[in-house]
Amino acid sequence: MSYQTLLDAVIKGDIKAAIEETLKAIDAGQNAQDILDQGLIEAMNVVGDKFSKGAIFVPQMLRSAKTMQECVEALKPHFQENAMTTKGNIVLGTVKGDLHDIGKNLVGMMLEGAGFNIIDLGVGVAPEVFVDKIKEANADVLGMSALLSTTMPSMSLTIKALTDSGLRDTVKVIIGGAPVTRKYAEDIGADSYASDAGSAVLEAKKLLNIT
Amino acid sequence: MLIVGEIINTSRRRIAAAVEKQDAAFIGQVAKDQADAGADFIDVNAGTFVDRETEYLCWLVKTVQDAVDLPLCLDSPSPAALSAAVKLHRGEPMINSISLEKDRFDAMLPIVTAQPCRIVALCMTETAMPVTVEERVQAAGELIKRLTAEGVALENIYVDPLVQPVSVDTRMGNAVLDAIKTIMNDFPGVNTICGLSNISFGLPVRRLINSTFLTLCMLQGLSAAILDPTDKRLMENLLSSRMILGKDEYCGDFIDAYQKGIIIKDLN
Repeated sequence: MSYQTLLDAVIKGDIKAAIEETLKAIDAGQNAQDILDQGLIEAMNVVGDKFSKGAIFVPQMLRSAKTMQECVEALKPHFQENAMTTKGNIVLGTVKGDLHDIGKNLVGMMLEGAGFNIIDLGVGVAPEVFVDKIKEANADVLGMSALLSTTMPSMSLTIKALTDSGLRDTVKVIIGGAPVTRKYAEDIGADSYASDAGSAVLEAKKLLNIT
Repeated sequence: MLIVGEIINTSRRRIAAAVEKQDAAFIGQVAKDQADAGADFIDVNAGTFVDRETEYLCWLVKTVQDAVDLPLCLDSPSPAALSAAVKLHRGEPMINSISLEKDRFDAMLPIVTAQPCRIVALCMTETAMPVTVEERVQAAGELIKRLTAEGVALENIYVDPLVQPVSVDTRMGNAVLDAIKTIMNDFPGVNTICGLSNISFGLPVRRLINSTFLTLCMLQGLSAAILDPTDKRLMENLLSSRMILGKDEYCGDFIDAYQKGIIIKDLN
């Protein structure tokens, strides 16, 4: 079955049409996981790609992400007990001493759209809180954000805390935020740097060898 | 309307390259261009150089004040960088910034009270970015109360209501505009300041949005803005808005700018 109409509705951010298409696919006997993978996630891939290329803008991306979330809610009752599969667990947060959350929220939304399970710890997250959550959630990726030069060192401290607790080899670390650079990511031993929400998705996939 | 020229910030690639090379001629020219375009203060920010911020900020203070005879807006979240930069500064600087976040307030207070200066006070709550008008006004009131209690003159406080992108939440524009009006109303004598460009994050044609936002802020009584004074369209808009709002006696500055060729006759 082609999901083109569903794809178009999610890309456009037409919530009503997208939910209709989702339910139509269910009624036609399609597998819920297939609708998620080939319809919703595929649509968000297109959205992320367009955003990275500057062809669409933040409000359009948010609208598509919102549309996808609503469709996922509509799909949930149709999953069997083994539930939906995710591409991986990602712990996300803005570092200690830093209260900026807009960029981090956009990143979380796009990662969710790409099929990852997001554990968002919010703002002002201390290194030990990251470490505890990564252990508890068995996280595959840690995403850290900082908007201030004074709080960036907390990224380095968190990576050190991961090393000290023996978790560094179990989790990939991506960092971002206005003053953060690729060079800084290399200097502090992060695995990757992402400059925006679209590239955060690409980097996460690359680190986890997801095509 | 007080204008703070925003260009000398190392988050701009060309500025970062010039700072790393210690290219004083380039930085001096950028400072002069902004001064010629009407800046009252020149902002200096070396925040992207985490380990060398203090050293680079100090170099910028010296380099810019060698080039222009203007006070600077010393722009950093780092108390260490600011306290070093203040000592090198000639005249009364603007210090950007202090906020209610406990560690930051305690560390910044002795720096901003050590000499006469203007202070940018951010409307953060202690634990979050502000969302509503009420949160902003409440933070402003608390900052004003604590700073004036330490002897800071009300007119030296520049409250920044914290502009956030309308692309993320379309209520963000009104939240700031209403906050400016309420703060100017509730605390007569205090000043308000905004960085304009956050409003247009995530959207196309950002210059147009920033320029329209400036006009709306001015209508609410904004007294200072951090902006690019070499942006002609923005400065033309500023001059005409100021005139329409009755702050340009005999329309003198506007006509003067026209006669000097600063305002272009034909906008077609």
